[in-house]
Amino acid sequence: MCLAIPALVKAIDGQQADVEIEGVSRRVSIWLTPEVKVGDYVLLHTGYAINVIDAAEAEITLGLMREMVSGSEAGEQPGA
Amino acid sequence: MKYAAEYRNAELGKQLIERIRRRSGKPARLMEFCGGHTITIVKHGIRQLLPDNIEMLSGPGCPVCVTASADLDKAIALARLPGVIITSFGDMLRVPGSYASLQQAKAEDADVRIVYSTQDALQIARENPAKSVVFIGVGFETTAPTIAVSVLEAAREGIENYFVLSLHKLCPPVMKALLDSGEVRLDGIVCPGHVSVITGSRPYEFIPRDYGIACAVAGFEPLDVLLCIDMLVAQIENNTPKVEIAYRRSVSPEGNRRALEVMEQVFTPCPADWRGIGTIPGSGLAVREEFRRFDAEQAFKLEIPPPREPKGCICGDILRGVKTPIDCRLFRRTCTPEHPVGPCMVSAEGSCAIYYQYGEGHER
Repeated sequence: MCLAIPALVKAIDGQQADVEIEGVSRRVSIWLTPEVKVGDYVLLHTGYAINVIDAAEAEITLGLMREMVSGSEAGEQPGA
Repeated sequence: MKYAAEYRNAELGKQLIERIRRRSGKPARLMEFCGGHTITIVKHGIRQLLPDNIEMLSGPGCPVCVTASADLDKAIALARLPGVIITSFGDMLRVPGSYASLQQAKAEDADVRIVYSTQDALQIARENPAKSVVFIGVGFETTAPTIAVSVLEAAREGIENYFVLSLHKLCPPVMKALLDSGEVRLDGIVCPGHVSVITGSRPYEFIPRDYGIACAVAGFEPLDVLLCIDMLVAQIENNTPKVEIAYRRSVSPEGNRRALEVMEQVFTPCPADWRGIGTIPGSGLAVREEFRRFDAEQAFKLEIPPPREPKGCICGDILRGVKTPIDCRLFRRTCTPEHPVGPCMVSAEGSCAIYYQYGEGHER
């Protein structure tokens, strides 16, 4: 029910946007994400973009995980 | 898919499991609130890979599963009214109510249509001005704003034949109810991911503060869940319960302000009945007085027979984290995805359906 998947925003038309999910295009509502721009990724839930995915935070999380498993105990819990 | 595939890296997953094994010593009972998280955990065998001191319990985070029989009976009664078109997300159709399901009502000539979005339901209302189009509003905070938008759009366009049966449920109140019941002792909670996209992580702050229980919000890929469990383990080992976010690419402390505003504009909190749990104050959403003409409960006079629960079904206990599907005598015998007895076997996010599909519990 709470399933939401990442989708790439290709075009914006008022309160709607055309997004692409694994090569498939869909028209979705961006009523809940007025800040969205072409080229952003959004989480798509029941035909609505419910957020704009934060690309910088995504990189930070991946970096954090790599650091966590690299064995350097000093690198544990950065920012905690 | 970007923002998904990177979080399925098996090598990184193995190393995260190793790290959790190294760092976890204390017994830790963790509840994954969401059915979506149960899917990730069971599908990737995460429960079996974790050290023996970590126990994972499924929570009530499946909106279809927690819809009370009496509420489902209302939807079915609406479907049987002349001139009514029911629109619903697909997973509600096969859920057994007290006497029938929406699927059965459809077979008996009721006009029940599966939609992907409230946008589709609105379109059906535009195309069928002589009919009353009712959307069955089931969902948590993730979904409620999308249903609120449809009401605002109907109001703006002057669509008079669109109605919502609001059966929405809110997550923090049920978490509090579970913790207050004292039935389940927990050390940590894997907090809902997509609910938190809307609400932010702040609404969970009462949990570490008042109950001393660790919290972290997780995404739905395996590495998201492992990162969350690693955070919970650190909190438990260091005895520093707090709310962390393991899903920062999509969740902030504040959430989606616009979505929260829209939800607040259309709905107001009300008591709600949860299957197997009971009535929880402030855990539902009623249509506000200002939008009452879109409220199916106000617009239609419904006569509902007294509700009843399926005999022998322990969905309620499973939703409270007290039992697992393996404890149910009906599981895999009389209750299967083809012939579900209770809602947890119907919904893709129901514990019973997930255990069935991935063969979880065969090791016992």
